[in-house]
Amino acid sequence: MGAPAAPTAPPVRRRRGGPGGVTSAFWLFVGPFLIGLIVFVYVPIVWSVVLSFSRAQNTVTPGDWVGFQNYLDLLSPGPFLDSLITFTVFAALIVPLTFALSLGLALLLNSITFARAFFRSVFFLPTACSYVVAALIWKLSIFNGVRFGLANKVIGIFGFDNVAWLATTDPPWYWLVIVTVRLWLQIGFYMILFLAGLQRISPELYEAAAVDGARNSWQTFRFITFPQLRATSVAVLLLLLINAYQAFDEFFNLLGNSSFARPPLVYLYYTAQGNQDFGHGTAGAVILALLIMIVTLAQGRIFGFGRAE
Amino acid sequence: MSATAPPLTERPPQQRAFNHRRRKVTPVTVLVTVLRYLALVIASVLFLLPFYLIVRNALASDLEITAATWTIFPSTIHWENFAELFNDPAVNILRSLVNSAIIAVLQTAGQLLLCSMAGYGLARIPYRYATPIFYAILVTLMIPPAVTFIPSFIIVSQLRWVDSLQGIIVPVLFSGFTTFLFRQYFLAFPRSLEEAARVDGLGYFGAYWRVVVPNSGAFFAAIAVITFIASWNAFLWPLVIGQDSSMWTVQVALSTFLTAQTINLHELFLAAAVSIAPLVLVFLFLQRYLVQGVAETGIKG
Repeated sequence: MGAPAAPTAPPVRRRRGGPGGVTSAFWLFVGPFLIGLIVFVYVPIVWSVVLSFSRAQNTVTPGDWVGFQNYLDLLSPGPFLDSLITFTVFAALIVPLTFALSLGLALLLNSITFARAFFRSVFFLPTACSYVVAALIWKLSIFNGVRFGLANKVIGIFGFDNVAWLATTDPPWYWLVIVTVRLWLQIGFYMILFLAGLQRISPELYEAAAVDGARNSWQTFRFITFPQLRATSVAVLLLLLINAYQAFDEFFNLLGNSSFARPPLVYLYYTAQGNQDFGHGTAGAVILALLIMIVTLAQGRIFGFGRAE
Repeated sequence: MSATAPPLTERPPQQRAFNHRRRKVTPVTVLVTVLRYLALVIASVLFLLPFYLIVRNALASDLEITAATWTIFPSTIHWENFAELFNDPAVNILRSLVNSAIIAVLQTAGQLLLCSMAGYGLARIPYRYATPIFYAILVTLMIPPAVTFIPSFIIVSQLRWVDSLQGIIVPVLFSGFTTFLFRQYFLAFPRSLEEAARVDGLGYFGAYWRVVVPNSGAFFAAIAVITFIASWNAFLWPLVIGQDSSMWTVQVALSTFLTAQTINLHELFLAAAVSIAPLVLVFLFLQRYLVQGVAETGIKG
C-alpha cells in the first residue's frame, strides 16, 4: 500500500548489500502485509481465545470470566456436537464422491482427442457459479418439492409421488440435495487438478509398462497412473476435507437453521450473529481451529508432505 | 452422474503413437470410443442443466415456471422481466451489483499488490529475520479463514467497520496463502533478469516493479482471476459484515430474497442470471488463466 511510484528521473544508484538498505527494503515489501496480518489474523485469534473464557452476551469485551464453562457447554451433548456429526456425515458423502467423479472425468478427458477442450470447459463452467445461485436453482427449480420441480417431474414419469426433498428427514432426502449441489459446483475444479497431475506422468512409464506386459487398461491404471497421482490425490483429499469442514453457504441457503442438518459454521453463525453469544461463539471457533490444525498436521506427518520448496 | 469406469480411460494421448500396433481399429476400440463420448455427453447434459434452468426461468413468466406441464423454453421471451427487476423498489439489485463489483475489484487489486510484494520480499531480500517471519505467515495457513469469521467480526466491530465496504474488503486482503504462492513463484523466477536490473542501478523496488512484475503477467493473471471469482462469490463474510441492505453484495441480496421468498420466481432467477453473467464472461475470455490458477493454487495448497 502506498508504495512510491518507480522513479522517473535517472535512478540513484543505491548501496547494495548494506544492512540498512536490506532492512528497509524488506520492511517496505513485507511490512504492509505483516501489519494487516497481525491486525486481522493474529489479534482476532488472541482476542477470541481470551473471550472464549468469558461470558460474553451482546458484548465482545472479555472480563466476566467463566473458566472453561463455554467449552464444557459446547462439548456436552447438544447442538455443537450434533453439528460435528453433521459435518462427518457430509464429509463421508462428499469427499469420496467428488474424488471418484472428478478423477473419472479427468481420465475420460485424457483418453479422448476430439472436442476435449469443449468438454473440459463444460465441466469447469460451474466453478464460475456461486453457492448461493446454485442453492437457488436447486431449491426453487430442481428439488422444490412441488409438482413443477424438475426432480418431481422426472420421478413422476416413473409413477412416483412428489417428494418434499428438503423437508423429508426419513429417508433423509435433503442429503441428496446438499451433496449434489456441491458436486456440481466443485467437480470441475478437482478434475482440473487431476488433469494437471495426469499430464505430469512421463509417457516412458507407460512404454515400460507395455514392454513389461501390462495386459489391459486396468493394469496400467492400477500400477502406473494411480500411484503416479499419489501427490495429487493426497492434496485433493485434504482440500476436499478442509472445504467440507467450512461448508456454510449451501446449508444456510437450503436448510437455514434446521435442527437436523446444521454444520459447525452454520451453528456458530446463529450462535454469534443470531443470539449475540460471543463467548460460546469464540469457544466454538477455537475448537474448530484446533481440530483443523490437528488434521493438517497429522496429514503432514502421515504423508510426509513437507513444506519443502 | 455417468459411471465413468477407470479401466477404459487411463491412457494419455502421447501413448497413441507408441501403442499403434496394439490399438488397431477393431470393433472393440470403436465401441470403447463411442461409450466414452456417450458418457461425456450425458455428463455434459447434467452439468449444463442448471444453466438451462436459470435462463429458462429468468425469461419466463411465473405462470410458465409453475405450470403443470413442463415448458421447454418460454414461447415468448419475457424481456420485460429485466425492466421489472431493475425497477423493483423492494429489490435494489443494482446497488448490490455495484457493491460486489467494488469489493471484487479492490480485493483483487489489493491482494495482488500486498501479497506479491510480501512474497517478493520473502523470496529475494536476505533480511536477518526473514525466516521466522515466513514461518509466522505459514502458521496462519493451517486455519482456514472461514473458521475464524467470529474473531474477524470482533476486530471489525471494534474498528466500527460493520456495515461498511472497507469492513468487507480489508480483512480479506492479507492472505497468507496468496503470499505463500507468490513467494514460491518468485523463488523460481530467473535471477539473471533481476541482476541485470540491479546492474542498471535499480533498487529492490525498481527490480520488482519494472522487471519482475512485467515479466510475470501470466502468474498475476492466474491469481487475479481466482481471487476475483472467490471475492464475487463470497457469501459468509459479506453476510456477517454487510448487514444493512445498502451494503449487501449480490450474493447476500440473492440469499435474502431466496430465504424470505419476497419476490417473484422469474425475478429471482433473472437476478441470479445477472449475477453470474460477469463471471461467465471472465470464464470465457480468461479460462486459460483460470485453469492455470486452479492448478497453481490447488496443488500447492
